[in-house]
Amino acid sequence: MSLNPDFFAFFYLIATILFIYGLKGLSSPKTALRGNGSAMIGMLLAVSVTLLCPEVKAYGRIFLALFGGGLLGTVIALKISMTAMPQLVAILHSFVGLSAIFVVLGTFLSHTTDHLGSLSLVEVIELGLGTVIGAITVSGSWVAFGKLQGILKSNPLRFPGQHALNGILGCFILGFAIRFCIFQDPFSWAVLAGLALVLGLKLVLPIGGADMPVIVSMLNSYSGWAASATGFTLGNQLLVTTGALVGSSGAILSYIMCKAMNRSILSVIFGGVGGSEQESSSVSDTARGVKSASVDDLGFMLENASQVIIVPGYGLAVAQAQHAVKELYEVLVEKKVVVKFAIHPVAGRMPGHMNVLLAESDIPYDCVFEMEEINAEFSSTDVGLVIGANDVVNPLAKTDKTSPLYGMPILDVYKAKHVFVFKRSMHFGYSGMDNALFYYPHCSLVFGDAKSTCDALVAAVRNS
Amino acid sequence: MSLTMVAIYVFILSCFVGYHVIWGVTPALHTPLMAVTNAISGIVLVGAILVAGMETSSTWVSIVGCWGVFLASINIFGGFVVTNRMLAMFKKKR
Repeated sequence: MSLNPDFFAFFYLIATILFIYGLKGLSSPKTALRGNGSAMIGMLLAVSVTLLCPEVKAYGRIFLALFGGGLLGTVIALKISMTAMPQLVAILHSFVGLSAIFVVLGTFLSHTTDHLGSLSLVEVIELGLGTVIGAITVSGSWVAFGKLQGILKSNPLRFPGQHALNGILGCFILGFAIRFCIFQDPFSWAVLAGLALVLGLKLVLPIGGADMPVIVSMLNSYSGWAASATGFTLGNQLLVTTGALVGSSGAILSYIMCKAMNRSILSVIFGGVGGSEQESSSVSDTARGVKSASVDDLGFMLENASQVIIVPGYGLAVAQAQHAVKELYEVLVEKKVVVKFAIHPVAGRMPGHMNVLLAESDIPYDCVFEMEEINAEFSSTDVGLVIGANDVVNPLAKTDKTSPLYGMPILDVYKAKHVFVFKRSMHFGYSGMDNALFYYPHCSLVFGDAKSTCDALVAAVRNS
Repeated sequence: MSLTMVAIYVFILSCFVGYHVIWGVTPALHTPLMAVTNAISGIVLVGAILVAGMETSSTWVSIVGCWGVFLASINIFGGFVVTNRMLAMFKKKR
């Protein structure tokens, strides 16, 4: 059976439309599941049609790999806990990159071994580009995964001369890319891929934990561009369009994250700010004049409040406190207290991390608000409760021009009548900056693990 | 127009479509967005199938292609299933 190439192109177009429709579905939680469904149909269509291609001969091994990978992916996706979502996304990015490299390598090898003649300059450039983008995605994602999973230290790894080293690495990559274009030999290809892998490592290692939302989004973007590059290599428009959709999605997310940290994307990529040297330093709480409050005091304040706003942060995810927070939400709602949640765009380790955790614990999404929606409400709020967040509520970002945080948009918790901060210790936030909020007269710290404090608080409110 | 030029056209126009669609995504769903774009970028599977299924004298080509198929399918299934799990949580009513 020989099918017209337009047959494939037509179904690929439909698949692309289904993908776009799927992404559009995410504009509201109500339509999101349907959107995901349409993206799945698009994928099913694209893959089934591809299997009909006359060039595809060996079905046995393809189905074996397809079902093996599918089974593994499904099992991982069903088992993974919601707090581990950032590292899952990171490792999946590396698979896309690796798969893209394999596609490029396969195409290249089939040309050299089957003596199909030399490749045109455009084709070699496409191959080289696909290899470099793919390799940076792979090794970058490995480091991001390692840091998120806690295998690698999440501190930024910096040393003098690293920018110079990156520059030299870049020059070598360019040199071998040119060599690859001229000689089209496997050796140049391998060196090119190897150097790009090293560059990927070097780009992500200097980036610290709290900058992870930017990096994860950026790698998301790279994985899209890598898919696009393979589309150019194979002359397949479906890969080009889909890769571009994913690439622009990741780029927009990175932009949003950078804006929320008042950083330029370049300063994050090249490891700009972040006083890593002082990160682990701590001060004794008595010496600095902070007030600490007991769980019972806080419970009393909460149940007599008319409105409470909870600000969750990465600490909530670390302590796995989302279900305890949900119980707290429930007892307070029973006592006729209005409870809202305020989410900073960079709270957590990836965009939207907190929203997913709150959704997991069944907190209705209509009481969860983004920063711009809720900032005006803090001044009419009785209690602001900060759980595991630090830099995103630091008023120094507004007042202190010398602070590295200066200019970063923050949640205005300090405007609430009373502020309570759950804190494990007096460690500084990621930025290494002391938090001016702690010394405000209407702010008290509640020391302890976020989860056990929440549990104790629920008991205190319930028994009163 | 050469095939490459067509691809460049398609690429740039798709970037514009992506730009407009993604700005419409609500920030609360940014994590599911990343998971679903992850699944969608598993579309390299199409390329991997073409490489793996190629009739070629080199066994390396098919080995490399099959690994590509394997990895891309982890992505597709993993990405879609996990997105579905997350979105189902957002769907739940009080």
